[in-house]
Amino acid sequence: MPATVTADAVEKTILEALPQFGVEESDISRDSTFEDLDIDSLDLTELSQIIEEEYGVTIKGDDARKIKTVGDAIDLVVSKAG
Amino acid sequence: MKRQVVVTGIGAVSPLGVGANTLYERWRDGSSGIENGEGAATEFDPTDHLSVKEARRSDRFAQFAMVAGDEALAQAGWDRNELPYDTTRIGCVYGTGIGGIGTLERGKELLIEHGEKKVPPLSVPLMMSNAAAGMLAMRYGLHGDSFGTVSACAASLHAIAQATRMIQYGDADAVVTGGAEAALTPLSKAAFARLEALSPRGISQPFDARRDGFVMGEGGAVLVLEDAEKAAERGATPLAKVLGFGATSDAHHLTAPHPEGTGAAAAIRKALRDSGIEPGQVAYVNAHGTSTPLNDRAETKAIKDALGDRAMQIPVSSTKSAIGHLLGAAGAVETTATILALRERIAPPTLNWEEREEGMDLDYVPGKAKPLDINGGPAIALTNAFGFGGHNVVVCLEAL
Repeated sequence: MPATVTADAVEKTILEALPQFGVEESDISRDSTFEDLDIDSLDLTELSQIIEEEYGVTIKGDDARKIKTVGDAIDLVVSKAG
Repeated sequence: MKRQVVVTGIGAVSPLGVGANTLYERWRDGSSGIENGEGAATEFDPTDHLSVKEARRSDRFAQFAMVAGDEALAQAGWDRNELPYDTTRIGCVYGTGIGGIGTLERGKELLIEHGEKKVPPLSVPLMMSNAAAGMLAMRYGLHGDSFGTVSACAASLHAIAQATRMIQYGDADAVVTGGAEAALTPLSKAAFARLEALSPRGISQPFDARRDGFVMGEGGAVLVLEDAEKAAERGATPLAKVLGFGATSDAHHLTAPHPEGTGAAAAIRKALRDSGIEPGQVAYVNAHGTSTPLNDRAETKAIKDALGDRAMQIPVSSTKSAIGHLLGAAGAVETTATILALRERIAPPTLNWEEREEGMDLDYVPGKAKPLDINGGPAIALTNAFGFGGHNVVVCLEAL
């Protein structure tokens, strides 16, 4: 099982993953919305694969619709892992 | 009354470089894009042309399509923010032989090595054979009929043929068409080699007595086809007319052409009839000319059978001598080169042709380009593409 899941760790994972989808690093913050970052449903399926691998937590269907911002995604992963 | 179809823009990515003119000029001047037994598009770097997102959302074959598409639309003078026609009347028909086989192979490797959780979620949308058609329609906002054509090495000529029909019969005012292939991957290279389709020496030598198989290549082309009247109304400068096409099936063997080329000959006859021309008006044939023993012999018979005496009077050359066999992209890439050749009234050469085989006695334009002998008359050419499965397509073009 993965080590303790902290918000900082999840944030680091997500911030490191997003640039490969074409997002400028400087545009990313907890408050930025996936819509503004041009991250769509296909990108989220890839992001959730990265998260699942790292933390054993799946983000599927309804979850993906609930998360609007980078912060939402971090919080969801932390709460699910907890 | 069928409407007249014109080509207003062309674009290409090929082993000879990026750009339709680059392809044509380098071929005409005798350059080869084949190195180490394959025709890789080594001058193509997706990051020169596409954003990170665009590049990772597309297999290499669709990347070729988008880059060739940008070139073709720019030449047609289309403003991508304000397309010249009702967008529901602009279609997209785009061919490929195999589609995203590189994506498929990587997905399979991850599945075997790491299990199903590591299979990339984008595998299907990248590998599907209609991906390039969908990407082009999305990229340019084309809301008319769009689909992929799949007929192996005839796929992109089938695409051009169907695009032509859609405009001729008024189902569309313009169609973005062509084809792309990116199959220089370990599985497909090994599979074609095991099939004994490839040249063991790695030499593309169409119509030469020593030919021993084809050399694989990769690339893509896009052609913008429009209704001639509508193109004229908007002040476009057309490059060529698509006069018509003919298509048949050998119904003979899964991979081998009919040894007498009867299906190919019938396709040529149908193309002439559809175009309303006689054999005597054909000034040049851009052959399928794969460099396999069977194709080149059967194709020679087909050309002689369908064109009669005229076959012995006109140049017949193979683009594959310079770029290898681009499989499903071959027909479209070779059509772009043919259009530019016709406009210059030049027959580009069949490279590496030196030794005649008995019975194969056409003018294959060995080594050096030559002028077309048309005395100021119309420059009309046939371009051929034949695919595994026995699919034969012949398109008839006239330079403007």
